[in-house]
Amino acid sequence: MNPEVRKESVIGLEAGDNTNQFLTFMLAGEEYGVDILRVQEIKGWESSTEIPNTPDYIQGVMNLRGTIVPIVDLRRRFDLEKVEYSNTTVVIVLKTKSNETEKTIGFVVDAVSDVYNVTEEQLKPSPDFGNAVSTEFVRGLATVDEKMLILLDIDHLIDADININQSEMTH
Amino acid sequence: MSIDLSQFHGVFFEESFEGLEIMESELLDLDFKNPGEEEINKIFRAAHSIKGGSGSFGFNEITSFTHVLETLLDEVRSGKHQLTQNEVNLLLTSVDCLRDMLSAARDKTEVDEAHVLSIQTDLEKALGQTPTDKKEDDSSSDSEDSSGTGWQIKFIPHHNLFQTGNDPLRMFRELEEFGEIITTVKLDNLPPFDKYDMEECYLSWDLTLTTDVNEDSIREVFEWVEDECDLTITKISSNNESNVTTTEDETIKEVEQTEDRRSGDRRKTDRRGSSGSESSSIRVNIDKIDSLINMVGELVITQSMLGQFGEDFDIKNIDKLNDGLKQLERNTRELQENVMQIRMLPISFSFNRFPRLVHDLGSKLNKKIELKLSGESTELDKTVMEKIGDPLVHLVRNSIDHGIEMPEARVAAGKSETGTIHLNAYHEGGNIVIDIEDDGAGLNRERILKKAIERGIVKEGEMLSDNKINELIFHAGFSTAEVVSDVSGRGVGMDVVKRNIHDLGGVVEVKSDEGKGSTFTIRLPLTLAILDGQLIRVGSQTYIVPLISIIESLQMKSESTKSIAGDAEVYCLREDYIPILRLHSVFNVSCDSTSLDNGLLVVVEAEGQKVGLFVDDLLAQQQVVIKSLETNYKKIEGISGATILGDGTVAMILDVSSLINLYREHADYDALSAINNRAA
Amino acid sequence: MATILAVDDSASMRQMVAFTLKGAGYDVIEAVDGVDALNKAKSSNPDAVLTDVNMPNMDGITLITELRKLPSYKHTPMLMLTTESSSDMKGKGKSAGATGWLVKPFNPDQLLATIKKVVA
Repeated sequence: MNPEVRKESVIGLEAGDNTNQFLTFMLAGEEYGVDILRVQEIKGWESSTEIPNTPDYIQGVMNLRGTIVPIVDLRRRFDLEKVEYSNTTVVIVLKTKSNETEKTIGFVVDAVSDVYNVTEEQLKPSPDFGNAVSTEFVRGLATVDEKMLILLDIDHLIDADININQSEMTH
Repeated sequence: MSIDLSQFHGVFFEESFEGLEIMESELLDLDFKNPGEEEINKIFRAAHSIKGGSGSFGFNEITSFTHVLETLLDEVRSGKHQLTQNEVNLLLTSVDCLRDMLSAARDKTEVDEAHVLSIQTDLEKALGQTPTDKKEDDSSSDSEDSSGTGWQIKFIPHHNLFQTGNDPLRMFRELEEFGEIITTVKLDNLPPFDKYDMEECYLSWDLTLTTDVNEDSIREVFEWVEDECDLTITKISSNNESNVTTTEDETIKEVEQTEDRRSGDRRKTDRRGSSGSESSSIRVNIDKIDSLINMVGELVITQSMLGQFGEDFDIKNIDKLNDGLKQLERNTRELQENVMQIRMLPISFSFNRFPRLVHDLGSKLNKKIELKLSGESTELDKTVMEKIGDPLVHLVRNSIDHGIEMPEARVAAGKSETGTIHLNAYHEGGNIVIDIEDDGAGLNRERILKKAIERGIVKEGEMLSDNKINELIFHAGFSTAEVVSDVSGRGVGMDVVKRNIHDLGGVVEVKSDEGKGSTFTIRLPLTLAILDGQLIRVGSQTYIVPLISIIESLQMKSESTKSIAGDAEVYCLREDYIPILRLHSVFNVSCDSTSLDNGLLVVVEAEGQKVGLFVDDLLAQQQVVIKSLETNYKKIEGISGATILGDGTVAMILDVSSLINLYREHADYDALSAINNRAA
Repeated sequence: MATILAVDDSASMRQMVAFTLKGAGYDVIEAVDGVDALNKAKSSNPDAVLTDVNMPNMDGITLITELRKLPSYKHTPMLMLTTESSSDMKGKGKSAGATGWLVKPFNPDQLLATIKKVVA
């Protein structure tokens, strides 16, 4: 199990104006990034409890120091090949905003990568991928150190989740 | 210096509302022909405090209203005024009015001024005042004779002046603030030395004060000792009288005018107060806090003891470790029980409103009703109590309106003229039970059934048990009142009552004897956050079933299971047919075996429906803390929340009535309604 | 600095008075009614007493009468807080031995000005 990596350890990198910091992670060979200010913590994978009648990308819920936190399997969410969880599998716990309310949600990813500063100029809009990673969730693409980062808008990821779920439930 | 008085408003409002409750309950019990001295004093003091406080904190309309109220009460308590029944009712109405005014002041909303004025007028009439009487004007007369250079003052205090704690020196110092003062002491009245009592005042003074202030200002300095001295004040006219301009000195006016009146307007009515009728604070008995502190102390000791084991772990100490853990369990359990106690308040806070309600409604409907309260000291969670208020009111109103008959009808039926409503609260098995019992007409099942058929709730010719018919009154849209009276039929039906109680995790039932009376019983969990649960296993999943909804659990006999229309399964339990709900299929999880012989049936009930949950195993029973799923996710059908088990994993808590709904959606055949349509 | 014994059964008034007086540098002893005040008076030494009139258990007038019986309180300034501006109440108070009065409602400035009159 990976020890919890605290957000504090990655702060210290300077962010100037028009620059955002992103925490990046690996998912099926691609590198994705999320706004570092939304990252609450990073945990190694522990077990979760299934929630009945939810889409399969909702892995279940987990106990985070007394709070019930839902876990989303991002591979399944993006319709990527499923893999077995290993001791490098991590859960990134994010503070998301859905309809004015804050929800704490954990996302299972392959591995945590790095922290990058991305300026507004470096951020390019994303073309239509034509796959499950809908452009709704993608804030943009950035090329940093010759790497292409896919920067996600997690709020929209969750919104869509909850809305889709609700419509699925009412049939 | 300006002090922000709004910091005291909260306390003022709280104590004023309490004062109003005292007034109300004393007025209800008052024998108006011969009011008890202590009782009338209590009512007076409560009004007096509200008047004083509202004045000091700037709520002037409340002050003037309460002043009239207080004046009437004062006359009653001094025997000058004989109360009539109507006047008692007027006083009760005034209490209501004050409540509204205080709430408006606290919530910064508007009050119906016409209404206030009308009640105030009625009070004034009762006093024999003409309604245009204003508060007594105690502004001192303006003798604006400010010409001249000063005053000659002859001050002869009586011998006992010191005995009221007064001191001429202080008064002279005050005079000094007006201008230059020359004092000449007179020793005329000094007694011989051997008769000299040092606690008596024998001296007197002639004072010359050079000042522009007027006579009243000077008299004011001696105001307190007016009756304890001889005071003569004469003007010293200046030499050039004709040149004295009689421009009135503004500073004189300032000193003179009743400052309270002016600053009353100046002071901002800073009506920042907490909104809503639910207060977010709670009064706790200091003993409860002390025992909490003790318990935390013990917890700290146990924790450091256990900490030591962790430091140098030695398997030899395993017994001591176990003892330590047992102690930890004791400590935490005690702490938990005590913390829950903090939120507990006696139900009397809720019951308090009923004497008034019964009195008012009873007289409005011309019915004679006696209210009995018992178990007022039974404690329950503050939030549960706040939320049970409205349902309780509705049920009591229902008893008054539909239950208790008119006096003549009662006598004709061989009952006493006065009907009785009995509110009783008690603890039973981790729950609080509230009975609302009346000796009225009871539920008229014929009429209920007829209405139910009319509204299509029940099919013509259906056979229903007595209980089932009684339960129909909780059905949405059901009201047997011919006219929607403003009393009970106000669009708040029994179904809302039932739903509100259900939302609190409780149940409501009714038992009735036609002609004899009815009893409504509300059963509520003691607190909202903790649940007594039965852990069950389906496959690898653990779920919690609320103990309160479990009727029984059993191993099924295959000969008692029946299949209906090929799809729905029921279990024949004594004379009941219980539909079987396969949790593994409703939740889409794997289970040990789908064969009904190999599992257990947990028979649960919700909203009058019984259902059997098919599970693999029964695990332990324990108290669980309810954690919300909705905080970070959303509501799931069939699940009311989650909890964290001892091993740190999460388990879902089942919502029985929601499960029943889910079952209906999944099953092609509604075994439930098939069963309902059969005689039970 | 001087100590004032403040007596009132209304918590909000008590709080306001205590706050005002303390803010001006006085020490304050609070009591909720006459009985409480009498007890506290016996074990303390205030420079002045400020008391409401209408209180349960023992009203202000009786309190003043009782206090005057205590040797150390024979000449202590005692002020009544009263909403009556009628001479009736004032007269009763004076007969009981009150030094003076302060009419309710009053604001903090008036309170301080009145206290200054008796605690020089």
